Amino acid sequence: MSIEVRDIRKRFGSHQALDGVSLKVETGSLVALLGPSGSGKTSLLRIIAGLERPDAGQVLFAGEDATRQDARLRRVGFVFQHYALFRHMTVFENVAFGLRVRGRATRPTEGDLRGRVRELLELVQLGWMADRYPSQLSGGQRQRVALARALAVEPRVLLLDEPFGALDARVRRQLRAWLRGLHDKIGLTSVFVTHDQEEALSLAHRVAVLNDGRVEQEGTPEDIACRPATAFVAEFLRPEAVTISA
Amino acid sequence: MSAIVAARRAQPLTPPAPSASEDSRPVRLALTGAALVFLGLFLFVPLLAVFAEALSKGGEAWVAAVSEPEARAALWLTLKVAALSVPLVTVFGVAAAWLIARFDFRGRRLLLALIDLPFAVSPVIAGLVFVLLFGRQGLFGPALAEHGVKVIFAVPGIVLATLFVTLPFVARELIPLLESEGRDEEEAARTLGASGLQMFWRVTLPNIRFGLLYGVILANARAMGEFGAVSVVSGHIRGLTNTLPLHVEILYNEYRFQAAFAVASLLAFLAIGTLVAKALLERRIGGSR
Repeated sequence: MSIEVRDIRKRFGSHQALDGVSLKVETGSLVALLGPSGSGKTSLLRIIAGLERPDAGQVLFAGEDATRQDARLRRVGFVFQHYALFRHMTVFENVAFGLRVRGRATRPTEGDLRGRVRELLELVQLGWMADRYPSQLSGGQRQRVALARALAVEPRVLLLDEPFGALDARVRRQLRAWLRGLHDKIGLTSVFVTHDQEEALSLAHRVAVLNDGRVEQEGTPEDIACRPATAFVAEFLRPEAVTISA
Repeated sequence: MSAIVAARRAQPLTPPAPSASEDSRPVRLALTGAALVFLGLFLFVPLLAVFAEALSKGGEAWVAAVSEPEARAALWLTLKVAALSVPLVTVFGVAAAWLIARFDFRGRRLLLALIDLPFAVSPVIAGLVFVLLFGRQGLFGPALAEHGVKVIFAVPGIVLATLFVTLPFVARELIPLLESEGRDEEEAARTLGASGLQMFWRVTLPNIRFGLLYGVILANARAMGEFGAVSVVSGHIRGLTNTLPLHVEILYNEYRFQAAFAVASLLAFLAIGTLVAKALLERRIGGSR
């Protein structure tokens, strides 16, 4: 499902987090919101999810206005930066949550639910972890549980907030490749937030660079890397100079 | 983080990791000894004294003292007042704590200050306020008298005074807990399609259950033991508006020391019973964390 945001504005106190952001995400694509901390990328993601209300502007899902729609009705899968797994539930119950809270009419039977959760846990390669609690998992495993939980409700779009931010470099590379593979397999429209340009350029089909609540540039990774539209983009993408002071 | 604190509080304390040097051993022993002596002197000995005095004239005298009609009425009233006020302050406390921890609204600070008020105000003043409001010469006194409703020197007044003094316990326990836990899990529940109520029952409440239990225990202990505020509004009508603490005082003032201590031992049993109930509940809702 396509996502479009039009001229989104959001202010927190005296801070203008988003200052007229417009963006289109095509059906089935994987888009990165890239920018330094405080650029507004997470706020934009939360507004798309319905966790935050914009002061002005519109959010459209498949061309339909969803700006006023409650988060629980949007059917977005949201993966939080620190996973936000339910601590008091097993991995299985975490993944099952979205199915258990459905109304009687659409709730699957216990048997169907078990099958579906097992399937998802296999998909994220954690079938053998079903009875563990989140505190017993590694960071990478928690991340995958969070993903399985988000996918359980058959979301129309997948939103990921700094999905690899809290992981060490090796796990991060593995998960990144795995996520790309997963996206290619299930083809779900996905948006992820990152401050890591390498991550954005290597993983996404399209990248939007944000700065100070505005989109500086939007395009393919190649556009961004080879033809930076503004001085900020050029500066932000420059490989960090390694300085070793004596 | 504070979930860990709550869990710690809920369980027998795990011994801290062995310290680096053996030199600290005497210090540790001295500190442990001091703590035990202090606990013994100020907690255990007084409790023992209550039971010793209560049984000083033998078991029969104890049974006689606690089974006389006035003592039974006082026990019954104390249980009734706690059973009425604790659920109310629990519901209020959870709602207020959630409101304060999750939302930024006009009057938030005022609400916080109001919740603390019963801690700051002497219970006797709290009782007097209710007398001034609902007493015969009070603000609402004539209107209440007209409808035949008796608040002061009656059970409703005692419940009101108890509500006032126990108001902060649950809310105060939960606010820091909710604040430190953040709203991530609740937001996750929302995006997964949970309604507000489902979110609360399935995510919020399980995460604060130990803090909530602790707050309820504190409120209950205070509800059963409150003297000052209740004393002002009760009128000390024997068999009608006497709670256990008030009954202890009456007996004591009549130089019936053994009977006074026997009734006091009932209060001690209530306290011990509460602690046992807490331990059992903790085991039941323990699960994993």
